[in-house]
Amino acid sequence: MKIKGPKEFWAGLMFIAFGLFFLVWAVLNYQMGSAVRMGPAYFPSVLGGLLAVIGAFVLIDAFVEVGPKVPRFHFRPLIMILLGCVAFAYTLKPLGLVGATALLVFIGAFGGNEFKLREVAILYVVLVIFSVLVFVKGLTLPFPIWPAFME
Amino acid sequence: MDIFANLALGFGVALTPFNLLMCLIGVLLGTLIGVLPGVGPVATIAMLLPITFNLNPIAALIMLAGIYYGAQYGGSTTAILVNLPGESSSVVTCLDGYQMARQGRAGPALATAALGSFFAGCIATLIVAMFAPPLAEVALKFGPAEYFSLMVLGLVAAVVLAHGSLLKAIAMVILGLLLGLIGTDVNSGVLRFAFGISELADGIGFVTVAMGMFGLAEIIANLEHQGTREVFTKKVTHLWPTKEDWKRIWAPILRGTFLGSALGILPGGGALLASFGAYTLEKKVSKYSREFGKGAIEGVAAPESANNAGAQTSFIPLLTLGIPSNAVMALMIGAMMIQGIAPGPQVMTERPQLFWGMIASMWVGNLMLVVLNLPLIGMWIKLLTVPYRILYPSILVFMAIGVFSLSNNPFDVLLMGLFGLLGYVCVKLECEPAPMILGFILGPLMEENLRRAMLLSRGDPLTFIQKPISAGFIIASVILLVIIALPQLRKKRAEVFVEEV
Repeated sequence: MKIKGPKEFWAGLMFIAFGLFFLVWAVLNYQMGSAVRMGPAYFPSVLGGLLAVIGAFVLIDAFVEVGPKVPRFHFRPLIMILLGCVAFAYTLKPLGLVGATALLVFIGAFGGNEFKLREVAILYVVLVIFSVLVFVKGLTLPFPIWPAFME
Repeated sequence: MDIFANLALGFGVALTPFNLLMCLIGVLLGTLIGVLPGVGPVATIAMLLPITFNLNPIAALIMLAGIYYGAQYGGSTTAILVNLPGESSSVVTCLDGYQMARQGRAGPALATAALGSFFAGCIATLIVAMFAPPLAEVALKFGPAEYFSLMVLGLVAAVVLAHGSLLKAIAMVILGLLLGLIGTDVNSGVLRFAFGISELADGIGFVTVAMGMFGLAEIIANLEHQGTREVFTKKVTHLWPTKEDWKRIWAPILRGTFLGSALGILPGGGALLASFGAYTLEKKVSKYSREFGKGAIEGVAAPESANNAGAQTSFIPLLTLGIPSNAVMALMIGAMMIQGIAPGPQVMTERPQLFWGMIASMWVGNLMLVVLNLPLIGMWIKLLTVPYRILYPSILVFMAIGVFSLSNNPFDVLLMGLFGLLGYVCVKLECEPAPMILGFILGPLMEENLRRAMLLSRGDPLTFIQKPISAGFIIASVILLVIIALPQLRKKRAEVFVEEV
């Protein structure tokens, strides 16, 4: 058995994993009910089962039909962008818009191909001013502007 | 005639200064962000959605519709000038539009796109006004069984029209349905798949999913390619098409408009299918078919008219049935729900001002696009020269702020990151995110209608084929699936997408 279609192979595995997870979790934790009075587990377990079955077909396809390789994952943009989001999420309240945006912009920009400190710094200042004016002043979103320790 | 009274009511709503202003802001913002390469209409609408939270429902929907047309239009501008489709429905516009730009005819190409879109928008608005009310009346008689079957048909159609593997598209739909079920079960009050996370009690916000799967994943994927873009900025001198051009474009615009309007109504249809269909048709019937791909103006006129017509008529299933036919409409449904409007046939009778106001504003929005954008083209072009390394951190900031503002909770931003990761994996494995979003929106609705239908039929699943309308939908779905699974057609379908892209 040789994997001919790597994309299908991994996609199949992913679907099977998701399907089985929803199926098993639903069956173990929630009530099934009957067809007349469906319990909370009914629809998700049917769908989960269906997803796993279709995933299996996709997996079989991987051994039958020749398909393209999975393109390389570029971890630098992936990790930096996600890291930037996490940083923003957890620092918005303690550090305010000024602090959280700084983290997001600098970490995010570091995921790109070129990182010019001056350029990113200018971009950051412009974005912060714009965000404060539009979102906090204009749309009255309840975001703190400055870090908590400075107020 | 009823329709004129209704349209008059609608224009009365749409032409109030405040709503006009909202439409204008929507169109401008939509174009502004739609022009940015690599930001499609779904990401644009998701990103701008929080802006509308504070508005009243009518103004919010008018603005969102404006954003949608603006984003569409912005997408074709990038397609013509940079050979980068801002969204999938302008992929075909790249073929001839970019060639025209290279020959120094970017101006007429842009003008043709704008005028074709405007004409198509006018006709399609009329079509919506004519066909929506009777359809809504029919839909009012639908019971849960009919709704369930209709949703099945919609999802099947969405699958058929997705690129790539059919099986993977079906799997994505089901995955979306499952993710949609996360949160409190309405019937039993049980928290499902919440894993002890209190933020999941209300379910996952669809904006979070859309921004992650479309916005974040697009950014990450874009950062991989470090291609230099060739922008035709100085060559846009004369805008107006020549007399010869006019002769060549009026028929394609007409054909594109009608084909696009028809294809837009189909579940799963909309702008994408419309533009592909119109280009293929035009290539077949045109006298100049040999010029296609080398800068034929018909190759811009037809798909641009068609995608705007399709974008417009895809509002019909949304407004009458409450069922989204594509990812953009799924976002609109989400927006309606946030505003406290349950989408469905009752919207027309219960809130005629909203319904007709929105239809009238479609026309107004299209007019604004032409009036504003032809003179503003110079400004949009300048935007195109902004390097991506400046653009994407800005988009990141707006997305993060938007998602955070949904419930003022860091959790949503984390979730967006998670969906960004899933979206990136899906890009790599060639799994389309659009069917998933549709499934995500329809998940709870489908379960609800399935439950009710089964309760009414005392657990007999045959109810779905015993009711004639429901049976019709089911049969149509099965036929679609069978047709598309036939080996010959499968090949043909693959060819259509490969050839055009």
